[in-house]
Amino acid sequence: MTKDAKGNPPLGRVIVITSGKGGVGKTTSAAAISAGLAKQGFRTVVIDFDVGLRNLDMIMGCERRVVFDFINVIQGDAKLKQALIKDKRLDTLSILPTSQTRDKDALTKEGVEQILTELKTEFDYIVCDSPAGIERGAQMAMYFADEAVVVTNPEVSSVRDSDRVLGLLSSQTRRAETEGAEPIKAQVLLTRHDQTRIDSGEMMTVEDVLEILAVPLLGIIPESKAILKASNVGTPVVLDGPSAAAQAYEDAVARLTGSQIEMRIAGERRPGLFQRLFGRAS
Amino acid sequence: MNLFSFARKPRPPKSAQTAKDRLQILLAHERSGGAKEADYLPMLQRDIVAAIRKYVEIGETDVDVRMERGDQMSSLEINIELPEVKPKSI
Repeated sequence: MTKDAKGNPPLGRVIVITSGKGGVGKTTSAAAISAGLAKQGFRTVVIDFDVGLRNLDMIMGCERRVVFDFINVIQGDAKLKQALIKDKRLDTLSILPTSQTRDKDALTKEGVEQILTELKTEFDYIVCDSPAGIERGAQMAMYFADEAVVVTNPEVSSVRDSDRVLGLLSSQTRRAETEGAEPIKAQVLLTRHDQTRIDSGEMMTVEDVLEILAVPLLGIIPESKAILKASNVGTPVVLDGPSAAAQAYEDAVARLTGSQIEMRIAGERRPGLFQRLFGRAS
Repeated sequence: MNLFSFARKPRPPKSAQTAKDRLQILLAHERSGGAKEADYLPMLQRDIVAAIRKYVEIGETDVDVRMERGDQMSSLEINIELPEVKPKSI
């Protein structure tokens, strides 16, 4: 995989960010991952599949600029080019918002496929932000995926739902249904990780979760104040100044693009006074 | 925000205030018939295309409608890409 996307034909890789359970950080992760990919120079588009409850636009900070949406394009009321919102911070990043008013039945398999096919000719990465649950929106978000990022909290209901979603990824998707196709590459992204609580035995460890789910780990995102702050101001966390969470997302993004990065469990530890005074000099 | 609330509690941190402001603007739009708005824009665009086509041959995608919503007012930006000079051919 090339670092330098410009000039080369687009990779057109479809990545679904899914989880089953709500509130685990799908949209936050979709925003951070797509911004991280775009920051590396990859032409990236992030699509909101949560019809009726759109929020990706808020997290990306473009809620005031939505004119046309995903559903308008599917129904032929607007062209794809008109619905795509160009990010103001990164020129490699675009957002395709969904409809706030339509029914989720408006998402048709043919419509979604057509849009993804068109996007593949222009983008290296197409990040699909799945809604919670396993209904139509979630099914459509994962159906055409090449890769899946299963966002999981180290908590019983989240791990259980992730397991269910992993089952769907390996059975209810195009890659699963196509004979001879390579299965979707599914990886777990552990969010809201809290080393202090793990150390005191209150939280399952990364190993515990991986042992249960039996899929590779994409990254570990620490519980971090930076996440709420970034969502308050509508900036993906990787573009909102340095933080442990931003670093963890950048590492995860690097792994997605094929780099070998050591798995480090970043706590929300700030550089101490000593480190701040002398760390930079050496 | 009234004068006394300042004395009673600490000012909310900056990003929390941003969050509140963004929500207030957005929800004001959504509550006051955001649904209708979503419907008129595609029609508006179709009408603009039709009107211009009376004079110049343009494609469906040559009209670009952008919107920027604010708390006091919103602005609609319409960009029309005209083809090379030759009118009514190509």
